[in-house]
Parts: sequence; C-alpha cells; structure tokens
Amino acid sequence: MLEVASLTVRYGAIEAVRGLDLEVAGGEIHAILGANGAGKSSTLAGISGLVPSQGRITFNGEDITDRAPEAIARLGIGLIPEGRRIFSGLTVAENLLLGGAEHASPAERKKRADEMRERFPILRERSGQRAGLLSGGEQQMLAIARALMARPKLLLMDEPSLGLAPQMVDAVFDLIAELRAEGITILLVEQNVPMSLDIADHALVLAQGRASYRGTAAEVAASDAVHGAYLGH
Amino acid sequence: MDVFIQQTTNALSLGGIYALLALGLAVVFSIVRLINFAHGEVMTVTGYGMWFVLLLNLPVVVSIAVGLVSAIAIAVMMERVAFRQMRGADVTTLLITSFAVSQIIQVLFQNGISARPVAVVLPDWLTASVMLGPVRVGMASVLSILVVGVALIALRAILTRTVTGIAMRAASEDFAVVQLMGISANRVIATAFAVSGALAGIAAVLWVATRGSVDPLMGAIPVLKAFIATVVGGLGSLGGAVVGGFVLGAVEVYLQAFLPEAALPYRDAISLSIIVAILVLKPDGLLPERTSRRS
Repeated sequence: MLEVASLTVRYGAIEAVRGLDLEVAGGEIHAILGANGAGKSSTLAGISGLVPSQGRITFNGEDITDRAPEAIARLGIGLIPEGRRIFSGLTVAENLLLGGAEHASPAERKKRADEMRERFPILRERSGQRAGLLSGGEQQMLAIARALMARPKLLLMDEPSLGLAPQMVDAVFDLIAELRAEGITILLVEQNVPMSLDIADHALVLAQGRASYRGTAAEVAASDAVHGAYLGH
Repeated sequence: MDVFIQQTTNALSLGGIYALLALGLAVVFSIVRLINFAHGEVMTVTGYGMWFVLLLNLPVVVSIAVGLVSAIAIAVMMERVAFRQMRGADVTTLLITSFAVSQIIQVLFQNGISARPVAVVLPDWLTASVMLGPVRVGMASVLSILVVGVALIALRAILTRTVTGIAMRAASEDFAVVQLMGISANRVIATAFAVSGALAGIAAVLWVATRGSVDPLMGAIPVLKAFIATVVGGLGSLGGAVVGGFVLGAVEVYLQAFLPEAALPYRDAISLSIIVAILVLKPDGLLPERTSRRS
C-alpha cells in the first residue's frame, strides 16, 4: 500500500531521516520504534507532506512525492499528529466537521459524525464544548475521531498514547487494534514499545534517522538490540 | 448630556470603521502571520471605484457595489500576485512585501489619476442630520453604526456556520493540521483575503461618505489606526481587533470633544499615551489570542 524509498528529511543542516526505505502492506499495523530524536515523527511528517523530503513515496502505486499535505490527505492518508493538535478554540462538533469537510457531502458528514459520537460517547456529551476543555484522553479520542471522519485507507499515528493515563493507554491500543480489524492500515509511531509490538504485524526500529532493525513484530521483540534497549529485560 | 450622546454616536461610528479595518488585518494575520500594510490601499481602490462610477452618473448604490467588488478583487489579487509567492517567509519579508504593494498602488493612483483629492459627491440625505430622540446626529454616523453591526454579525455567521469560515478559525490555530484534513490552503487563505477586502471595502465606503473625497494616500492613516487597534485588542485575536477599534475610536473622539482647547494640539500624543498605558497594563492586548499557535 505504502512504499517509501530513500526518504530523507532535513531541518536546515540537520538530517532527521537518512535514506529510509519502508513498505507497509494493506491491512497491517506497522510500528516505527526508536528513542527520542530517532526520526520517527519526521518520517510521518515527510510521508504526509508536512515537511519537504527527498526520496520517493508511492501510495497504492501513485507517486505522492512532493505533493501538498491536503492533496495527500485527499488520497486517503490521515495523520493523527503528536500532541493531538485538536483545534482547541473550536467545538468538538466543529473539529469533527473539519475532519470530513473535504471527504464527504454535508449529509454524509453528518452521518459520519453521528457514527463517531456513537463510537466515542464522550464526544456526544461534549459536542458543543470547546475542544480545549476536554481531558487529554478525550482529546486523543477526538483526534482519532476527527481523522476517521475522512474514512482514511492509511492512518499515520504519531505517539497516540503519549501523556495519557494507563487506563486510557489501554483504550487507545484496543482502538488501534479495532481499526485494523475494520481494514484500516496503520503506521504507528510509539515509544510504548511492548504494547506496540503486541498489536503490530511488522516493526521498524530507527536510530539516528536510519533503520537499525526491521522484521515481524515477533522478530523485532526477540532481537537483542530491541530486547535490551526498549523492552528492559 | 446631549453633547455626550452626540459624541458617543461619533465614537461608535469612528470606532466601528477602525474595528472593521482592524478585523480585516486580524483575519489575515491570524492565518498567515502577515501584517498587511497594503490593507489601506484596499480602501483607496474602493474609493476610486466609487468615484469612477459616480463620474458616469450611475446611482450611488451601483457606486457602492462597484467599490465593494473592487475591494474584494484587489485584496484577492494582492494575495495571488504578491503574498502567495512569499508564503512561509518570515514576518519581516512579508511586512516589506506589504509596504511594496502599498507603495506601488499609491504611485499608480498618483500618476494615473492625481496626487490631489478628487470629490466623491454623495446624495444629500447621506450627509444630512437626523434626530435621535432629543439629539441631532449625522446620518452618516447612524448608518455607519448600523452597517458595522450588520457586517460584524455577518462575519460571525461566516466564521461559525460555514465550513470555510470554521476552517479559517482552525487555520488561525494550526494551519498545518487544517491541511492534513485535506482542506486547500489556497482556498482558506484566499477567502481570508476576500473577507479582509470586504471589511476594508465597507470601511472605505463609510470613510468616503463622511469625507466626500478620495486621494491616493486615503488609506494610509486608517490602516495605521487599525494596526494600533489590533495591537491594543491583541494581535491575531478577532474579538480583540473589534474591541481595539472601538476603544481607539472612543479615545480619539472623546479627547477631541472634551479636552480643553489649549490641550487639543496634544490630542494624538495623549491618545497614543493612553494606548501605551493600556499595553503596559495588558501587554498581550485587551483580548489576547486564546490559543497557542502551531506552525
């Protein structure tokens, strides 16, 4: 579904991602793991067009290299950014509306928003409230619901469990597994390595912008480097 | 008391014009971080559009319509021709670009029409006075207050009830994430300039109605006042721009009306001192931008 070849992302003189190759198959959860500053978020930013990148990115056979973020989003690639980045001054309902604004007719948007409120009851209760007043976990649910309003084929998730209470972390990982079961392909960037490897099909470990290890989730979990560095055994 | 009511009407009228201009500046600034000093030239273009139509002996309604359409067109054209090429540039570059656009338009009018003011003769009823209860006030002031009220209500409706309006509010918080929703950056920005142009156009019609002439530098002082209003209100805050406009209008009008004659030459100095005092007490403005912005 997604093929990334020789992806390089630079911020001025700093190379955050260096010649990364990555293949994500349809229907899988592909985890990208690594320490802070390894280039995980930059990889997602490069794929989604948020930052300029070099290399070649194809999605379902279509070259999307150098396309604007909005054009990439319209093809069915959704990004849930790190820190959620919901529109805090807008209401919950307005956040949802924008998620589907370019992807559905007004009637279809309303139907999808109702589905989201069904799936995330807290969003129904808080529909008219400013999103900035939601708790961290509720904001994460809103960020996911907002992305789902577009019915993405591929969902890029950047640290969805960051800063959440343990119970909410479980709920987020359960939801990711559910989305996969519904046929959505997921590229997951996470620092919670054990939980990510539990639900992922494949994983890639980044170190200093380069792939240091890749394989099935089981292979990565069993590898010495990952075992020692991230799983703490 | 009558004088106070008359001056309050004038303060609301002038403050309303500043508010519209400040709002236009703030709408664009909140999204693209551009302080558009060529915003004053949108007013000038409106004035000359009205003047040209009246030269042809067409009705004043047509002249106002042409003025407003010209305002929207020039604002959108500025974005398309000048500012789009500079998107993502730093604030200083954008500021210098806006000064360049402003100068080019001024020189075009100075050389193409005249450096001197030309008369825009509006119907007598527009310059007449009306009785507001026991107080006589200018028709232009009353109309100005009504028009500003309607414009602010309409803008609020656009920003809260249309997808593009909601996207504009979202873009003022986090433009990148708006693009991640698949929403066209060009469309959001062009709409912001169109809205800004419409607001400047309305302000220009009211400005010309009270002054009866237009000249190439017509917009220079109002846009400066509007900039002060946006800073007083809180740079980037739409509500703040409106509040700042009315505060500035009130300060100017009340000082003009109630200062002792000997102090009148110092009116602008006193007025700006009050603004500085407000900013000392509220450095982020009276109604600062509510949310932190992401790039």
